[in-house]
Amino acid sequence: MESALILIPILPFLGFLINGLLGHKMPRRAVSFFACAGPAAAAILSLLAFQQVAGGEGKAIVQSLGDWIRAGSLHVPFGLKVDHLSGVMLLVITGVGTLIHVYSLGYMRDDPGYPRFFAYLNLFMAAMLVLVLANNIVLLFLGWEGVGLCSYLLIGFWYKDLSNARAGMKAFVVNRVGDFGFVLGVFLIFVTFGTFEFDALNAGAAAKVTVSDSSTLWWIGILLFVGATGKSAQIPLYVWLPDAMAGPTPVSALIHAATMVTSGIYLLARLSGLFVASGVLPIVATIGALTALLGALIALTQTDIKKVLAYSTVSQLGYMFLGAGVGAFGVAVFHLVTHAFFKALLFLAAGAVIHSLHHEQDMRKMGGLLRKLPITATVFLVGALALSGFPLTAGFFSKDEILHETLHGGHALLYAVGFVTAILTAFYTFRQFCMVFLGEYRGSAHEGHGHHDTRGALVHHADSSEIRESPWVMLGPLVILGLLSLGGGFLDVPGFLLGAAHETQAAGVGTEAHGPDTGKLTGWILGGSAAIVGILAAFTAFQWSPGLVTRLQGTTPGKIFARLSYNKFYVDEAYDLLLVRPFSAVSLILFYLIDRALIDCVLVGGTGFFVRLTGSALRRIQTGRIPTYTVLLVAGVVGLLTIFLWAAG
Amino acid sequence: MTLSLSFCLHLSAAIFSIGVYGVLTRSNLIVILMSLEIMLNAVNLSLVAFGRAFLTDLTRDPSGPQVFVIMVLAVAAAEAAVGLSILLAVYRKWRTTNAGEIDLLKG
Amino acid sequence: MISIITFLPVATVLALLLVSRGSERAVRFIALFGSLATLGFALALLFSFSPETRGFQPQLTEQWRWIQSLGVSYKVGLDGISLFLVVLAALLTPIAILSSWTSVQKRILEFHIAILLLETGMIGVFVAMDLVLFYVFWEVMLIPMYLLIGIWGSGNRIYAAVKFFLYTVAGSLLMFLAILYLHGHVARHLAPLPATFDLEVIYTVLKAHPLGSGEQLALFLAFAASFAVKVPLFPFHTWLPDAHTEAPTAGSVILAGVLLKMGTYGFLRFAIPFFPLASLEAAPWICALAIVGIIFGACMCLVQEDMKRLVAYSSVSHLGFVMLGIFAFNLRGISGGVVQMINHGISTGALFLLIGAMYERRHTRMIVEYGGVAALAPRFAVIFFITTFSSIGLPFLNGFVGEFLILQGAFEANRTQAVLATSGVVLGAVYMLVLCRRLLLGPMSNPENDHLTDLNRRELGFLIPLVLLMVALGIFSPWLTDRVTPSVEHWLDRWAQVSSSR
Repeated sequence: MESALILIPILPFLGFLINGLLGHKMPRRAVSFFACAGPAAAAILSLLAFQQVAGGEGKAIVQSLGDWIRAGSLHVPFGLKVDHLSGVMLLVITGVGTLIHVYSLGYMRDDPGYPRFFAYLNLFMAAMLVLVLANNIVLLFLGWEGVGLCSYLLIGFWYKDLSNARAGMKAFVVNRVGDFGFVLGVFLIFVTFGTFEFDALNAGAAAKVTVSDSSTLWWIGILLFVGATGKSAQIPLYVWLPDAMAGPTPVSALIHAATMVTSGIYLLARLSGLFVASGVLPIVATIGALTALLGALIALTQTDIKKVLAYSTVSQLGYMFLGAGVGAFGVAVFHLVTHAFFKALLFLAAGAVIHSLHHEQDMRKMGGLLRKLPITATVFLVGALALSGFPLTAGFFSKDEILHETLHGGHALLYAVGFVTAILTAFYTFRQFCMVFLGEYRGSAHEGHGHHDTRGALVHHADSSEIRESPWVMLGPLVILGLLSLGGGFLDVPGFLLGAAHETQAAGVGTEAHGPDTGKLTGWILGGSAAIVGILAAFTAFQWSPGLVTRLQGTTPGKIFARLSYNKFYVDEAYDLLLVRPFSAVSLILFYLIDRALIDCVLVGGTGFFVRLTGSALRRIQTGRIPTYTVLLVAGVVGLLTIFLWAAG
Repeated sequence: MTLSLSFCLHLSAAIFSIGVYGVLTRSNLIVILMSLEIMLNAVNLSLVAFGRAFLTDLTRDPSGPQVFVIMVLAVAAAEAAVGLSILLAVYRKWRTTNAGEIDLLKG
Repeated sequence: MISIITFLPVATVLALLLVSRGSERAVRFIALFGSLATLGFALALLFSFSPETRGFQPQLTEQWRWIQSLGVSYKVGLDGISLFLVVLAALLTPIAILSSWTSVQKRILEFHIAILLLETGMIGVFVAMDLVLFYVFWEVMLIPMYLLIGIWGSGNRIYAAVKFFLYTVAGSLLMFLAILYLHGHVARHLAPLPATFDLEVIYTVLKAHPLGSGEQLALFLAFAASFAVKVPLFPFHTWLPDAHTEAPTAGSVILAGVLLKMGTYGFLRFAIPFFPLASLEAAPWICALAIVGIIFGACMCLVQEDMKRLVAYSSVSHLGFVMLGIFAFNLRGISGGVVQMINHGISTGALFLLIGAMYERRHTRMIVEYGGVAALAPRFAVIFFITTFSSIGLPFLNGFVGEFLILQGAFEANRTQAVLATSGVVLGAVYMLVLCRRLLLGPMSNPENDHLTDLNRRELGFLIPLVLLMVALGIFSPWLTDRVTPSVEHWLDRWAQVSSSR
């Protein structure tokens, strides 16, 4: 297995090369085969690797392939490592990834950019696998930027629509702002530790903190955290994720819910020793809790089926950061895993709905789809229950463990925020369920004039009679993910990771001190009731007593809140007004003022003017007649001779 | 009798001054060219004189100045050829060889 | 070997003159063949280069007497710093010739003569180990470039050519005076021995008998004037956008790819080692200007409407990184600077080639005239994207390695500066992606683009090798750095000795 680790990212990469270079010349079938073969093979290899790590001695698998960057004492090896943490991540990425590839075969069937789509998706898999396999932070950054690149390409996949291209750019640029912090953190790491390898960093940080070099560590922690907020869509850099929904829905499921956006959490967990020593965890926890709340508040009023899920993702990532911030890294990763299951499920189910409705995404034009799409509705319900944290589903265990650890760590206020968010989560999730699947179909009520969808193609609203279930190539992955969302909570991911940490004595995941779980049962009851309260409230508001919402929005505070939430608290507008516009204005002014006016006119033009002035004064001597010149020449020679003689004598 | 170095140099200076005077005062380009030749030969004279003087001074190489004379002669020949042909061209264009009347390069 | 590489282009020029009555095709093929042969020798050079040797490679050094009485000799050699610059110049010349295959239609013979002479000049600058020889090559390369812009340029070409010429000449005159002064100093200290312009001798003499600090500063500024214009360091950069914009594609490629590096190379080879104290003193100022250049250049890119002008300003920004790395005075900063010089040559060269291909088809450089090109010219779009990501330093492509090493080195030297410079990386992504979006993505808004054709075989023929290089240098960067770092270490050893000498 040691020598085969590199194959895990290489196989999807080969798929990328084949489909990217030859895809447009190959038949569909071949494209489909190469698209899914890479991730599937990677999944099998990952399973083998995982078994080797989990079973037996529990030792990490390491493979090193020489240096990537080398200058003096600076070495960045192509070093790959599978331990418990990356093993779990590998399984999630390749497992969920393969399912989504299969699903996409159906979803993208009629798209002219079919090979291109799978090429990008395979490239994404490769980059993401490098991200989790890397044994040093620079190689991780390679994957980190690679997934960002694929995210950019896939958000703007239907590039003929300028707004998609814009959304992709926004994602890349906002992530670059995060990377700004990330790379500075990397530089500081090398200056401080002289190495980039995770194990050495975790161990070194523990040693450093006793040498009282804590301010440097704090800076490293905060800078890396800035990077994590960019990739994992936390305050203040979350703004790109909702826009990223412009991409095809499988992309939203794979990249913007299940895998890429969780790489910030992975980074924190990977460097848990360093983060614990750095003392930035309280900030992480606070940001996480606030993001969770903000995301949930915005999700309450969104009408686009994918936007609701996007803000829900922001919110759930906030939970993970909250978990990591209170030191429960293993629990955060647990939530990452379950979230990958149920959020991928929700997105794919939403994709199936969108697919059946011919690319309609507005929930106000849906409704009553339970009868038309029973299978989709069932799996969506499963996902919704898991997201709400309904007892015994996957989300229930992982979310409750986070809240439990928060309270356990003595963060009562953060716990309260998390608890309120849990109710809100259940509420908005079932608001969505009600709007999409219950009630009457509202699509055909809207006159079927047709409009331009995200691909820029003219589509007609589906008549209620032509709404059909998606093909099994799409439903199959949904069912599998549904089962995982139901049962995923019984996987003891935190215990597994914690056990690993104790066994190998590495300062990896799970440095939290685990006390006796006396309050766990209370926590379960509280968490479960929060979910049930939220769900019941949603059914009340949107199913049983439909006038309630209208009445609530009639009151002034209700109106204000609805407006703020619907417009996402005007954060995008504020960024635009405070950052983007002033910046371009200043650039324009600088161009005309400094480059054109000051340098070109005053300095360069001034020099030219001076030369011209001197020239016009001196041109008088230039009579053009030889005798004048000769006189001047001889006078000059005589003059010089006189000076020399005088100087010598 | 032997010519002293200083006599030769004075003679050379005198000839040179005559040349300069010619260049400065004459307006006919042909005469100016001839005056230039006089100046060149004045320099040649002093070079030859130096070469002769170096024969007695063992620290110096006497062949240097002599070589230069040959060099100057060659350059002078070339210069005369180029100068005269320019002059011919000038005459064809302006129908004059008066230096004062040609001021195409006036700034 | 080095002399062959340097003068093979001149030999090709002679061959061209022999067939000057021949057909245009013959001229193009002979020029291409000559430059490819040069490239072949340059690649062979890579194999005779021994990576372990620190400093100039003795087995490659060639020396002949030239003007003995003045101490001028013909001495050429290579070390790890100049090796890849020579290869880069030899690589970009045939590409430039190929890129002009159809776009240049007037004075074809003269055009190729200019390009080949330019190549000799460029390679000569990088291999010269004698100050006078260096200066000769430095000036030799100026004239063909001036002609390239002035004759084969577009629109406002005369203005741009004159501006380019005056800026550079003003700088190099000051440098020439400084060279003469330096010669006097060296001659005095070598007294019984004949004076010399030999670089290695000058290093030794200056180590044993350093110049006074006032002298150093004056001479450093004189050298810096010449090099800073070439780099170009803010605020000496305004010739660059004009020159790039008006130059023909081949001119832009060579200008951005090689000529700009002569400035940074000059600092590394001459200005800093000659005048260590002065350069230490000036370092904070130069770093400040470099950072201003990085951010200012990026800001300028955001508001440009002309593609070539945008890429030109991006060069100001990128070369700012190189300067910052060099003036960090540490291994990573300088190695990164050298690596970045190569990488910038490849990626910006490719960008100019791509823009040139578009210009040849549509005869406009205005970004607003395009939009949605990706749908019409997918191959163009793919290569443009890869080049863009190489230019903004995405890992796995070449741009990242240099930028990473530079910023790491700068961070080790001065954290505030590194933080400011890193913000340029963010801006870099913004302006390049805005360019991509406006050029390639979105709907096809301009009907005049309807008949736009994709890249043809010839264009792919020179772009694909560049793309492969971008990927290869991004993955196998140690192959590059292993040849660069020993020389940089050697450079730093000497630097440490002389800069601490008082």
